[in-house]
Amino acid sequence: MAKVMGEIIIDIERCKGCELCFDACPKEAIQLSDTINSKGYQFAIKVNDLCNGCASCALVCPDAVITVYRKVDKAKRPVKVIEIED
Amino acid sequence: MSERTYVDIEAELTDQPINFDEDICLAENVVYVKPQTLIDIPMHYCPGCGHSTAHKILMEVVDEMGIQEEIIGVAPVGCSVFAYHYMNVDMQEAAHGRACAVATGIKRIMPEKYVFTYQGDGDLAAIGTAETVHAANRGENILVVFINNGIYGMTSGQMAPTTLPGMVTTTSPYGRDVKTQGHPLYISNLLANLPGVAYVSRHSVHTPNNVRKAKKSLAKALEYQKQGLGFCLVEIVTNCPSNWKMTPKQSNQFVEEKMIPFYPLGDIKVPEGK
Repeated sequence: MAKVMGEIIIDIERCKGCELCFDACPKEAIQLSDTINSKGYQFAIKVNDLCNGCASCALVCPDAVITVYRKVDKAKRPVKVIEIED
Repeated sequence: MSERTYVDIEAELTDQPINFDEDICLAENVVYVKPQTLIDIPMHYCPGCGHSTAHKILMEVVDEMGIQEEIIGVAPVGCSVFAYHYMNVDMQEAAHGRACAVATGIKRIMPEKYVFTYQGDGDLAAIGTAETVHAANRGENILVVFINNGIYGMTSGQMAPTTLPGMVTTTSPYGRDVKTQGHPLYISNLLANLPGVAYVSRHSVHTPNNVRKAKKSLAKALEYQKQGLGFCLVEIVTNCPSNWKMTPKQSNQFVEEKMIPFYPLGDIKVPEGK
């Protein structure tokens, strides 16, 4: 199976910290930041590398601050090595 | 702020290492991006409000169908009164509740254009009931996007016709009592009985799957409008975190547990043979 890699970019100045993306994310890759943006909201940040680019967070995001990228890396496909005995 | 990137701000604000893979963030790998038709300014809606999501999916549909030049919207009075600030399509503001009447005029003068109205429950189901019912009964070829959050959001949470029985609002502090304040109005089911109405469907936007379904429904309704089948109504059951006095998460839970059992999702009326 090809490895699917995802990446999200969050526009943190527009994020209102409503936390709806946290529940939508199946990989629990988004959390609330410790810091605030210029409007005073704690914003969402990506906390791990498990994202597979399913775009669930972006779909429920009311302010459309999340851009989602997905790359299917075929080179990283695990190859089964068969050893042939002489 | 636009010159500073996500990486710069992250680096300034947090000491955490940045897991930002530049190999993946390329234009050809984009899965989801903010629709072009949605103007790139911050929305005035409260955090977690379903209005923004509804705006977003409506504009995504416009983007995907490529009808930005051919669609005219009518904005209501209510929280979404500034819908014309966010939607980069031709828009017209209507008097409170009269969006369907204005849309009727626009559609009759320009029948080749797509026309939609975007209305809340206070606008469509309370003050504008007469206009809505008669526009539907005439079978006007328009799309009505009806946002139902069971409350008057803009004026700080008074009881609306769609408020659930027992629901506490500022004008029903002991909960809505159906004996004195009447039963909630099922406006979509009411309109579905009229012969001029082609398509009535109810959706919500509180989970990714429901967002996808709502989007498909909007696209279908615009397609039916193109075919001239008649009045289409897409009801979207949403939350109002500020006036329900809940966090966005709790309000979505309330939608799931209370609103949806009362307003079941799905198609209420579909055109014959579709």
